[in-house]
Amino acid sequence: MQIIVNGRPHDVDAEPDMPLLWLLRDELGLHGTRYGCGIAACGACTVHLDGEAVPSCQIAVGDVGDARITTIEGLGQPDAPHPVQQAWIEEQVAQCGYCQSGQIMQAASLLARTPDPTDAQIDDAMSGNLCRCASYPRIRAAIRRAAAAGGV
Amino acid sequence: MTRARTVARRGFLIGSAAILGGVAFGVVAWKRDPENPLLAHLPEGTRTLNPHVLIDAAGVTLITPRADVGQGAVSIQTYLLAEELDVDPATVRTDFGPASAAYYNARIAAEGMPFAAWDDGLTARAARGAGDAAAKFIGLHITGGSTTVADAFDRLRAAGASARETLKQAAADRLGVERDALRTEDGAVMPPEGPPIPYADLAEDAARLTPIRVAPRDPAKWRWLGQPVQRTDIVAKSTGTFRFGTDIVLPGMIHATVVTNPAMGGGVRSLDDRAARAMRGVQDVLPVAGGFAVLADNTWRAMRAARAVAVDWGEAPGRAMDTDVIRQAHADTFTSDNRDSRFADDGDVDAAPAGDAEAVHAEYRAPFLHHAPMEPANATVLHDDTGTQVWTATQVPVFLRDAVAKLTGQDAERVTIHNIASGGSFGHRLEFPWVLQAVEVAMQVSGRPLRMTWSREQDMTHGFLRPMAVARGQGTVGQGRVRSFDLSIAAQSVTESQIGRLGLPAIGPDVTIVAGAWDAPYAIPNRRVTGYRVPAIVGVSSWRSVGASHNGFFVETLMDELIHRAGADPVEERLRLIHHAPSRKVVETVAGMASWTGPAPRPGIGRGIAFTYSFGVPCAQIVEVSDTPDGLRIDRLWIAAEVGRILDPVNLEAQLSGGALFGMGHAMMAGITFDRGAIEQTNFHDYESLRLRQVPQVEVRALGTTGDIRGASEPAVPPAAPALANAIFAATGTRLREMPFSKTLRFA
Repeated sequence: MQIIVNGRPHDVDAEPDMPLLWLLRDELGLHGTRYGCGIAACGACTVHLDGEAVPSCQIAVGDVGDARITTIEGLGQPDAPHPVQQAWIEEQVAQCGYCQSGQIMQAASLLARTPDPTDAQIDDAMSGNLCRCASYPRIRAAIRRAAAAGGV
Repeated sequence: MTRARTVARRGFLIGSAAILGGVAFGVVAWKRDPENPLLAHLPEGTRTLNPHVLIDAAGVTLITPRADVGQGAVSIQTYLLAEELDVDPATVRTDFGPASAAYYNARIAAEGMPFAAWDDGLTARAARGAGDAAAKFIGLHITGGSTTVADAFDRLRAAGASARETLKQAAADRLGVERDALRTEDGAVMPPEGPPIPYADLAEDAARLTPIRVAPRDPAKWRWLGQPVQRTDIVAKSTGTFRFGTDIVLPGMIHATVVTNPAMGGGVRSLDDRAARAMRGVQDVLPVAGGFAVLADNTWRAMRAARAVAVDWGEAPGRAMDTDVIRQAHADTFTSDNRDSRFADDGDVDAAPAGDAEAVHAEYRAPFLHHAPMEPANATVLHDDTGTQVWTATQVPVFLRDAVAKLTGQDAERVTIHNIASGGSFGHRLEFPWVLQAVEVAMQVSGRPLRMTWSREQDMTHGFLRPMAVARGQGTVGQGRVRSFDLSIAAQSVTESQIGRLGLPAIGPDVTIVAGAWDAPYAIPNRRVTGYRVPAIVGVSSWRSVGASHNGFFVETLMDELIHRAGADPVEERLRLIHHAPSRKVVETVAGMASWTGPAPRPGIGRGIAFTYSFGVPCAQIVEVSDTPDGLRIDRLWIAAEVGRILDPVNLEAQLSGGALFGMGHAMMAGITFDRGAIEQTNFHDYESLRLRQVPQVEVRALGTTGDIRGASEPAVPPAAPALANAIFAATGTRLREMPFSKTLRFA
């Protein structure tokens, strides 16, 4: 089957019930998407499916079809970060950093739909993403910074 | 100091020598610096000037030996070295270096002594010095106890300065000028005239010189330290390009997972792996101690096949433990023969002055907790007849190396630990059973690399836990003041459990049972803190802030109850009782930040204050809550702390805020429980954490008025739970004496 990740088509040979998370990590070598729980309880594996944030541990590869998948690597790169990544860098959000790919993908999806979210909208969108280091105040600050800068 | 306390301390000192010195006493020369471990495997064309500086044709690599478990340890170690060596922190390469006695942590042993960090008396200083020497003796290459910055501050600046001056001397010899005529900039020596000479061009000559020792630079000349700087890992962690242990890939690597009996210590009665072996990508199912490993060509295929293995697990040895049985064991421990320590015994708590009212008699409880870092436990191993290489995140590389050597039967010199930054730890990476499991599997497929990843379920059910703790408190008040304070704490010994797993004996009282309680700097006229040691039941471990994580709650809740009964103000009465000036200052500061007017500033709003002193850092917090129809809402959190000299203000704020919220989230809703010897929680849905919608507005202030150098990862954890509990009492009248609080009330 063929799958489109970060704008590039990949021919893959995988069981249809393989979670997208593991196809990305172990078959395509895209390690920026993290395994945290496997049951959609932490959000570390969040990617975009046609722009919408989804937990990739719950998306079966066979159900992806021709939807466009975007991972943290496709959002932006170290020398050309996405505006949300830039805000994350400027606010120095990350501590251990393991959850941050998922946090950033969730925030980018929120801001693409809701460019100037209220506090309640931020809370609703982001509360599925766990950060055991509790970097939450800076996650809020980075979302507000990215919203203020615009262009997401 | 009372006689009982003197005797207890002396007992501990003898004990601590046994813990720390082991068999090494008398074998190693006291004064000699350990050999530079980088010399042992120096690649062609590479030179080293000291254990922290490697130079090859491509430039400088800084060796930052303390593990980074998410708190920016590599970044601050890089800045400390770069500040003296004049290299660009943003672009210089770094490496954790090998497991080596040369990277001993002097501070971690010093902080294990039963002397309050505010105690600057001669005996306390002598004991800390002995701890330093003992750590050097046996090479305690350990990361923990918030000691990284304190231990590195002098040592890494000295290493950077020595390398810089030695490189300058090599250039001076070449140019025929005085060393003082030269300066350094961005990885090069700058001659008075002519082009810069890169360090790489001078390394060979410099390595032949006797290292030059000079004093580090005057802090007034610092460029980076003390200023807001960018963490060196922040770009990689914001773009998904940072590499954790779970991202290691070796050519031909096997993906493996291990499942062991949830009832720890129980083995496998029988196992049927036929279905698993028939599944796609599965290469083998192999035994490991207490369970099995599935080897496959993909981590998910290994984990899926592991669920298809039908196992009849054996029962845990001994009495089948559940939470009630364990709690009863704690209740049964408050007897004289289980008494472990009484480091604080001032006045006479049994004979309260006439006229005092017996105010409070209460029992407080804290549950077992899991570290549960976001990155599941994992290790990558390549084993063959010539040696064993391990890629993993560890805070104890020397102990791990020796354990791998013992398991493989290979000499320690043939075991290489490649340390990796961890996706969180909170104490978890002080343990390493999963690494030994990975080695056990690798030995059965010798010559083939494998990466072993625990599923979250395996990780959650096989934690080494923050101990359950139970405290009985009582006290009296009179004339509007707290007059006596008597706290008895029962817990398993973290030191006994953890040191025991490292194969070392732990003799003497365990300070961690009473840490953060006995040394609370309160001048209450009658004050006693007694530790009781619960006989070993389950493996317990150092969880972020260790004993203070529960004792902060016990002390500050009992204090709040007594102050309330006395009719005093919670801020004013604490200020009256605190005998340590920096501690008073943090309480005054946090009260100012919150514009404190009392526990109930407005109807429906409650405020609580708590103050703790742990890891040498006084920290005070005020929490504001409101009682809403949806449940209890946490609105504000103010934090003030005195960590001494502030080296990285941006990351310091993150550590204090993160520590407090970490403590708060666990106090609200986390607990590990047991059923027939097995942990009942399996994943993040039933071991809950703080979520963004529950996070209050946070304001942090670090005072920076003393010359101390202290770590900031742990000291903000202990006050969070009692500050929240005291705020909830102020708002609702409900006194919370048991964590997690969600057992008693609902949060919004």
